[in-house]
Amino acid sequence: MTTPHIPKCIYTLAAGSLALFMTCAPQASAQSQSATADKASIVARGEYLAQAGDCVACHTAPEGKLFAGGRAMPTPFGTLYTSNVTPDGDTGIGKWSADQFYSMIHTGRSPDGGLLYPAMPFGSYTKITRADSDAIFAFMQSVAPVKQPNRPHDLKFPYNNRSLIIGWRTLFFTEGEYRPDTTKSDEWNRGAYLVQGLGHCAMCHSAINALGGSSESAAFEGGLIPMQNWYAPSLTSNKEGGLGDWSIEDISELLRTGISKRGAVYGPMADVTYNSLQYMTETDTRAMAVYLKSLAEHSVPDAPRGTTSAQEGSLLLRLGQGIYADKCASCHGDKGLGKPPHYPPLAGNPSIEMSSAVNPIRMVLNGGYPPGTAGNPMPHGMPPFAQSLSDDEVAAVVTYIRVSWGNHGVAVSASEANALRAAPLQ
Amino acid sequence: VTTRFKLALLSTALLTVSTGTVHAQSAETAPDTMAARVLACASCHGDKGQGTNDDYFPRLAGKPSGYLYNQLVAFRDGRRKYPPMNYLLEFLPDPYLKAMADYFASEQPPFPPPVTPTVSNDILARGEMLATKGDASHEIPACANCHGPSFTGMEPAIPGLLGLRTNYISAQLGAWRYGTRTASVPDCMQIVCRASDRGRRQGACRLAFVAPDGRKPRARGARLIADAAVVRQRTELRGEQ
Repeated sequence: MTTPHIPKCIYTLAAGSLALFMTCAPQASAQSQSATADKASIVARGEYLAQAGDCVACHTAPEGKLFAGGRAMPTPFGTLYTSNVTPDGDTGIGKWSADQFYSMIHTGRSPDGGLLYPAMPFGSYTKITRADSDAIFAFMQSVAPVKQPNRPHDLKFPYNNRSLIIGWRTLFFTEGEYRPDTTKSDEWNRGAYLVQGLGHCAMCHSAINALGGSSESAAFEGGLIPMQNWYAPSLTSNKEGGLGDWSIEDISELLRTGISKRGAVYGPMADVTYNSLQYMTETDTRAMAVYLKSLAEHSVPDAPRGTTSAQEGSLLLRLGQGIYADKCASCHGDKGLGKPPHYPPLAGNPSIEMSSAVNPIRMVLNGGYPPGTAGNPMPHGMPPFAQSLSDDEVAAVVTYIRVSWGNHGVAVSASEANALRAAPLQ
Repeated sequence: VTTRFKLALLSTALLTVSTGTVHAQSAETAPDTMAARVLACASCHGDKGQGTNDDYFPRLAGKPSGYLYNQLVAFRDGRRKYPPMNYLLEFLPDPYLKAMADYFASEQPPFPPPVTPTVSNDILARGEMLATKGDASHEIPACANCHGPSFTGMEPAIPGLLGLRTNYISAQLGAWRYGTRTASVPDCMQIVCRASDRGRRQGACRLAFVAPDGRKPRARGARLIADAAVVRQRTELRGEQ
């Protein structure tokens, strides 16, 4: 008895991947096409997936060659420099095989067995399917090779000892491809795969502890992004960035265009939309929205706690009301309703109300533009006020918007505002 | 305002009925104009790019669009370093930066009243000479050679100096000299500032003496600059040789 021919996609399906809509269809149709067309379509799919993974944001330096690395990544442990991932044989990954590439993103080990620093989000990329990894690798091998040696990392003692990564991995790394939840829809699973895997959203939206790790039980509960001093809101609580009461359309719009009727993205999230999410199909951002919305449903928020006294709070409120009328109301409206999507609403805006006041303070100090995207090529910008408002005034106006119009935030102090004047802007 | 309020109430009611959510939405939309889009620039540069009272925030209005575009790109990509600008522009694409440059280049708000010089007549005379004629013995080209006889800049990419304040010009000359401000080729100002600093770099200096062909000065609001900053900077440079 001969062994029946089993298409590769069946194996992939057995391995519990997203084979049904990610692997089978392209491979089945490819059989009737020429090898060249097949390769081109794999490269094109790999490019799309590399955009979903936002590889370019870290692996390309400012004014640098595409994917040639060399971008400085400041961390609490020192500065890392990203690697050259172009197909140059000497300084890039030109001599790697698809097996080695998969092993790298799946296990966090480079072909020589060395351990990657977890600034490379292999904790998320481990969920990527083999088929997707192969497509990304095919795309990376197709870009222009650049001869540029990797710059050594500049890490403080003892973090310059790579063997410490073994300990980190024991605590924080779980290897394994994404396993679909069969009780959920295909759309939900596609969204979960993108959010947990390629999108590596947990890198910012989970609290990072003193060891530079985040625990799986706290996934997507929000946290201050080290070195950048932006607060990545919880995706599981409606009182933070939680999206439980947003419509699927608004979440999808926010991800893909950077603006929506409910809010806009700034800072590190603008980076993600600019370099990655704007290139996603509407089907994929919608799938991510379905998954993200499900995370925040049925959440019971904690009551926010402030550090200012009631008396100080009421003084701030009076001062803040006047500043708001003078500087903010012309765009955001007397009632904080904004003029969506370009002037975001402040009333009922979870990123204004959440426990951490870091983001609203930063926005008042530094202003900001949402990213310029295909869906919003010429965004409206918020002016900076660092040069014209004192610490007391910043605290006052942020306090005012956090407690007015039914918002449930608490007062902020001048010292909190002052501390963020020195926060790095990039 | 009353209408707006009613609209807001109406939209609140509609939403409450249709979706059961409690958040209100405004029926108003932001103006679809460049002026509204560049409000983020206005708090430091003025709504028409005329500048503000702060010495260090330069006038943008009427400068050649090519110059403004180059600066926006340089700030976005981190070549020109000023964190608040680097931050604002980081995720804006080229065509939008071009539209911003065109907007401020086309604005022509009045120039601020002339500043009364606070330096001696000797220094002022020296400054006027450097700005209009240069000093060949120190390899300092006249500012007017490139920035135009009336200092209103040259198309497509040399900025006007009119309306800039002493402290701003002084800061820029220092930044060129020490290499904290650079341009992509040709980096004329760094060559000028460094050459004049050391009294040599003859070949390089010639670049800045001769304005490239086909670039016509903009004849707009002719007013002699006679800026004390130029004088002071040059005086310092010479003193260190």
